[in-house]
Amino acid sequence: MADFLYQLLLSLDATLRIATPLMLCAMAGIFSERSGIVDISLEGKLLSGAFVAATIAALTGSAWLGLGCAMLAGIFMSLIHGFACITHRGDQVVSGVAINILASGLTIVLGIALFKRGGQTPSLPREDRFTPIEWWGVDMMDSVPVLGTIYRQLISGHNMLVYVALLAVPLTALILYRSRFGLRLRAVGEVPEAVDSAGISVTWLRYRALIVGGALCGIAGAYLSIAQGGNFVREMSAGKGYIALAAVIFGNWKPLSAFMACLMFGFLEAATTRLEGVALPLIGEVPTQLMLAMPYVLTVLLLAGFIGKPRPPAAIGRPYHK
Amino acid sequence: MNTALELKNVSKSFGLVKANKNINLAVEAGSIHGIIGENGAGKSTLMNIIYGMHRADSGEIHFGGQKVDVRSSADAIEHGIGMVHQHFMLVPTFTVLENVMLGTEGGLMLRDGRGAALERLLHLSETYNLQVDPHALVSDLNVGQRQRVEIIKALKGGAKVLILDEPTGVLTPQEADQLFEILKVLRDDGVSVLLITHKLSEIMDITDTVSIMRQGEMVGHRKTSETSPQELAELMVGREVLLEVDRKPAKPAEVRFSAKNLGYTNAQGVVELEDINFEVRSGEILGVAGVSGNGQTQLMETLAGMRHLTSGSLNILGTEVTAADQTDPRIIRDLGVGHIPEDRHTHGLVLNFEARENMILGFQDTELAGSGKLFDYKTIQQNCEDKMAHYDVRPPNPRLNAKNFSGGNQQKIVIAREFSANPGVLLVGQPTRGVDVGAIEFIHKQLLELRDAGCAILLVSVELDEIMSLSDRIMVLCGGQNVGIIDSADADRQTLGLMMAGQRQEAAA
Repeated sequence: MADFLYQLLLSLDATLRIATPLMLCAMAGIFSERSGIVDISLEGKLLSGAFVAATIAALTGSAWLGLGCAMLAGIFMSLIHGFACITHRGDQVVSGVAINILASGLTIVLGIALFKRGGQTPSLPREDRFTPIEWWGVDMMDSVPVLGTIYRQLISGHNMLVYVALLAVPLTALILYRSRFGLRLRAVGEVPEAVDSAGISVTWLRYRALIVGGALCGIAGAYLSIAQGGNFVREMSAGKGYIALAAVIFGNWKPLSAFMACLMFGFLEAATTRLEGVALPLIGEVPTQLMLAMPYVLTVLLLAGFIGKPRPPAAIGRPYHK
Repeated sequence: MNTALELKNVSKSFGLVKANKNINLAVEAGSIHGIIGENGAGKSTLMNIIYGMHRADSGEIHFGGQKVDVRSSADAIEHGIGMVHQHFMLVPTFTVLENVMLGTEGGLMLRDGRGAALERLLHLSETYNLQVDPHALVSDLNVGQRQRVEIIKALKGGAKVLILDEPTGVLTPQEADQLFEILKVLRDDGVSVLLITHKLSEIMDITDTVSIMRQGEMVGHRKTSETSPQELAELMVGREVLLEVDRKPAKPAEVRFSAKNLGYTNAQGVVELEDINFEVRSGEILGVAGVSGNGQTQLMETLAGMRHLTSGSLNILGTEVTAADQTDPRIIRDLGVGHIPEDRHTHGLVLNFEARENMILGFQDTELAGSGKLFDYKTIQQNCEDKMAHYDVRPPNPRLNAKNFSGGNQQKIVIAREFSANPGVLLVGQPTRGVDVGAIEFIHKQLLELRDAGCAILLVSVELDEIMSLSDRIMVLCGGQNVGIIDSADADRQTLGLMMAGQRQEAAA
């Protein structure tokens, strides 16, 4: 029993670690999609953030500087997206895909040019990364059965960016539903004409939403390359941006529901790793490939209609013409 | 005279199109000023300039005697201008209060300004009799209520000038009357009301002064008490207009179309039509009157084969149709029935198709589309050119998408298509909804010509004037039932009004 509990805890712990970049990207997606901009470029922003964070941290030896620059990189990518599809009213999906391709190519080219390691950045020493934070009193709590283990494994011992991601969720909800910016953001995604006629700039509002999203993606990127990992590897975002977008849709563009969807994806992946090579009762050993495919199979199944009818923002994907 | 708003030589072009040419306008404080003009005359553009949604290319705007620069809606709102747009600017997923707060939230967090906004909303709602529940979702409100929310929004900052762009287009007559009462209270409170419309009766009923626009120009200013609908119509159109239709007595011949105990019950089991009996003869128009939503739509769609009748029978040019027959619009059409649907955007046209393709919709299997298996675009083009010339569709460009025509010209495309098939029976729904005065005159004339050529016409319209001036006999629907059929010679507004309210008429037919 104790062993089972421990295994479960480890899985939940892994869930949280895997779900962190998803959560940040999903919140980014909520900001931009709620403003009416389709954000398929989450993937590209995540990848750019990861590359810039690792590069800057490797060059300067400062994780914090890496994080800051990763956020700027995410914002920069967002601004390209905005320039194409807000200012020039281009197609949002095309622009998003372009950004993903741009990020994928540029990170490799720049990586090779800078470090000559086939697109990888050098491994960062521990002190140049965001390392797990041991919470106060972990050793003391150890003497308490069960709770002590939970405290040590699940609550304490993550790097700072995990906690940032966990905070981002209620903060997004707060901004979206309780603030002036949030009210206008939701309005501009539904009926931009109403926002314009109320004397508010649709363009500036949508840019701001994209900027917030870009910064969040940058943080997610930094998490991949200088917190969870110790360097940048080519294509290291590996579809997480798309999964985050799927989580946004599952969550019906609501922060808390999208958060739950991220945890579900995280748990699936964690379970995959845990169950690798383990013989399950009744089923026997499940092929790894099948387990690895699970998140994607589930995405397709859920999107095919098992989650009820999603209600996207009414004006999403539609450029605003006066 | 105390001028609230004055425009001097305002011009605006979109590309090569001059939407407004040297417009001059003065609106007195505390008055209701009408602006009338046909669709596309530049009324909405002018209002959008005043409200800062568009910027004028040249000219000056003065508020309260001072020249101002209106660069955005925010500027206009600050100068005391409120606007109720033709298409409502409301977020359906928001509550009434949230919609009213948008733009004037009163603080970084919504909590900061919610109380004050609610108070202001209730105050306005009380003062001007704009009843609406502040916490209701806008998507749950009917059109009249939504308009009240729009008015509250426009007034929330203490507007001195209120612009209403075609406000009655979507309202029932009762709702329109309520709106006019509200406008009168506002006027008496010192607010200047600018009412944009293309309905002459509204201008005559409610305004103090009126300006007339035609093709981007201001062609006249009048005191309402010193003008007539006839004069206004001529100024709008630029030529003499027949407001009264010249209708020769009908010469009804054989019965072409009849319904016996017709009933329609929808999929939810709600009885929508019950026991409808009528007959339409060759060479006559049977008008169907009633308050909107009393079964007219269901009747039209059942007769056209879009819905299946559930009881009774129809006789169409000698063919008996009962509930057992699985009809569809194709079968009905092949029997010789033409149909001008009530909603031309969803049932009459494919908006993203070219005019020439729309001109053969429903006739795509006939020689209009060419004799071979494939479309012969030469024939299709020729067909469209001929019909556009004959029915005066403007611009006469067969390659233009249907959505790019004005409402009146879209309707002319539908009419050209249906009329030229020379139907034995014609079903006409709301033929002049959203159509300007010049086109209305044309459509009415065409309908009467078709009648005189022997067609049996069933006409459904919410415009009582239209029913009364075109029909030879009038059937009144109330609650999906036929209240009675009377000769139009015996019909006056009062009789019809009582019948529309469900009072049976024992006399006549």
